[in-house]
Amino acid sequence: MWQELLDFLGSPYNRDQVLVALGDHIYLALVPLVCGIVLAICIGWAAQRWRPVRAVALVLANLLFTIPSLALFLLVPSIIGTKILDSANVIVALTVYTTALLVRPVVDALDAVPSHVIAAATAMGYRPIRRFVAVELPLAVPVLAAGVRVGSVSNISLVSVGALIGTGGLGVLFTDGFQREYYAPIIVGIVLTVVLAFVVDLLLVALRRALTPWQRASGQPAAAEPADSRGGAI
Amino acid sequence: MIEFQAVTKRFPDGTTAVDELSLSVEEGTITVFVGPSGCGKTTSLRMVNRMVEPSSGTILVGGEDIRTPHPAVLRRGIGYVIQQAGLFPHRNLLDNIATVPLLSGWTRAKARARAGELLELVGLPAELGKRYPAQLSGGQQQRVGVARALAADPPVLLMDEPFSAVDPVVREGLQDELLRLQDELDKTVVFVTHDIDEAVRIGEKVAVFRTGGLLAQYGSPADVLRDPADDFVANFVGKDRGYRGLSFLDSTGLTLSQVPTVTIGAPVEATGSEWVLALNEQRQPRGWRSPGSAPSAALREGDLHAGGSLHGHGSSLRGALDAALSSPAGQGVVVDDTGAYLGVVSAETVLEVINRGSAG
Repeated sequence: MWQELLDFLGSPYNRDQVLVALGDHIYLALVPLVCGIVLAICIGWAAQRWRPVRAVALVLANLLFTIPSLALFLLVPSIIGTKILDSANVIVALTVYTTALLVRPVVDALDAVPSHVIAAATAMGYRPIRRFVAVELPLAVPVLAAGVRVGSVSNISLVSVGALIGTGGLGVLFTDGFQREYYAPIIVGIVLTVVLAFVVDLLLVALRRALTPWQRASGQPAAAEPADSRGGAI
Repeated sequence: MIEFQAVTKRFPDGTTAVDELSLSVEEGTITVFVGPSGCGKTTSLRMVNRMVEPSSGTILVGGEDIRTPHPAVLRRGIGYVIQQAGLFPHRNLLDNIATVPLLSGWTRAKARARAGELLELVGLPAELGKRYPAQLSGGQQQRVGVARALAADPPVLLMDEPFSAVDPVVREGLQDELLRLQDELDKTVVFVTHDIDEAVRIGEKVAVFRTGGLLAQYGSPADVLRDPADDFVANFVGKDRGYRGLSFLDSTGLTLSQVPTVTIGAPVEATGSEWVLALNEQRQPRGWRSPGSAPSAALREGDLHAGGSLHGHGSSLRGALDAALSSPAGQGVVVDDTGAYLGVVSAETVLEVINRGSAG
């Protein structure tokens, strides 16, 4: 088996194919992640403002997540009018999943922003949209980041399914390997998928830390209150 | 400066939070809205910067109807201090304080510099500027809250139960700090509290609200304590209002008596049947020698009876009464500005002055 693997990777043609597949995979997994984050934040914002939006959004998010991925990949072209083999299908479908996955964390995170902080921001003279971007959203980052990590792993694994309908990504290595009963590309595909998920996760953790310096700044309050000596005594 | 004209606030559920409030807050004073919960004091405050919109009536700030500017613009010109400070957890102290200047279009450098000044103005060291709110104590956070409200130098400051979440000792420190700041800055402050002690301590004017959003009485703290408008106000200010009222009577009319004194370190004879006050070299009282004490070649502080607060001459009668009642000798020691001994007063003398005051 090792020999098979070395032979497979020894070929420059195969190596190029693997790199192309990896590039496609990253593109197909991360574009929907970014789109999903943006959409979920917009929906979360609307859900904060209008109660009915909130109820509908949360129920819909749950329902969408129950649609099997392969079915959704095949359903999307008939809805948005793309060709059946278009990679846009995968991007749209995964955006739907990511959004569905993130709506609840976003809504929960926005709910958790203390009301006196929001009241203070309003009283300082923030207009609603700027307040959302400058105060509420940054405070939602820790909870949102946890959801995004789940979303990234979920996307990276689901992109492989897209190979069944002929879009690119590391899944191509699986379909290819199964058809030829050739295990080397399958193993390379699995290893790269896992490594990719791991690396993206690390990057997301680093990004979260960079965005939330205030979360690490815990510790004891600074100097005690100055003592206040009132009047004298003997 | 702030004019409420027949302002009413009715909530959608039909409750009336504020009922036909007409009241004028004078420029450069601290006016306290006080009352039990549900009396509409906070709602009244929040209508000034349109956090709550009145159902009817008009509010003028500096002669201008508050409905004229955009609410966000109006609010940038009115300082606001909220309960629990409401600092932004994700911004360091300097950025918290710089909020309104930055919203008003100042450059970042200028806003930061201003924030640094304010941090010191409220009594916090400049090196705390890079810290985040979670790293401060409650009292420190509230100081930053005050600094943030003052950042753009607004003429009006609204304070919504700002000190209610901190412990009593820290609260007293913050109240003193506010009075000191007010001496310096001369803002028009509206302060909401449910604590009548806090109200009479910091207020130049006190508006007592009753449940249902009605103004029960509006006047100086002394007036409210001495002459409550009705049973509700009398009950609310409490049974000990007479004693609290002493805070507003000055004691210059007190006749001082003298007691024998000795100096610490000097030889002393045995005391007879009366208490003798021991002073240090600067003539500051250090304690009492009780009747029947033995003679000594050099009086030591350790031989003295400590206890008894000191009364600064000319300050409030409440302090004079405290001093007299807390003294082991039954004589309150009166001192001048440098803390040097002037004389003593007995509780009877203080009560006499009080009775004379209320009779006249």
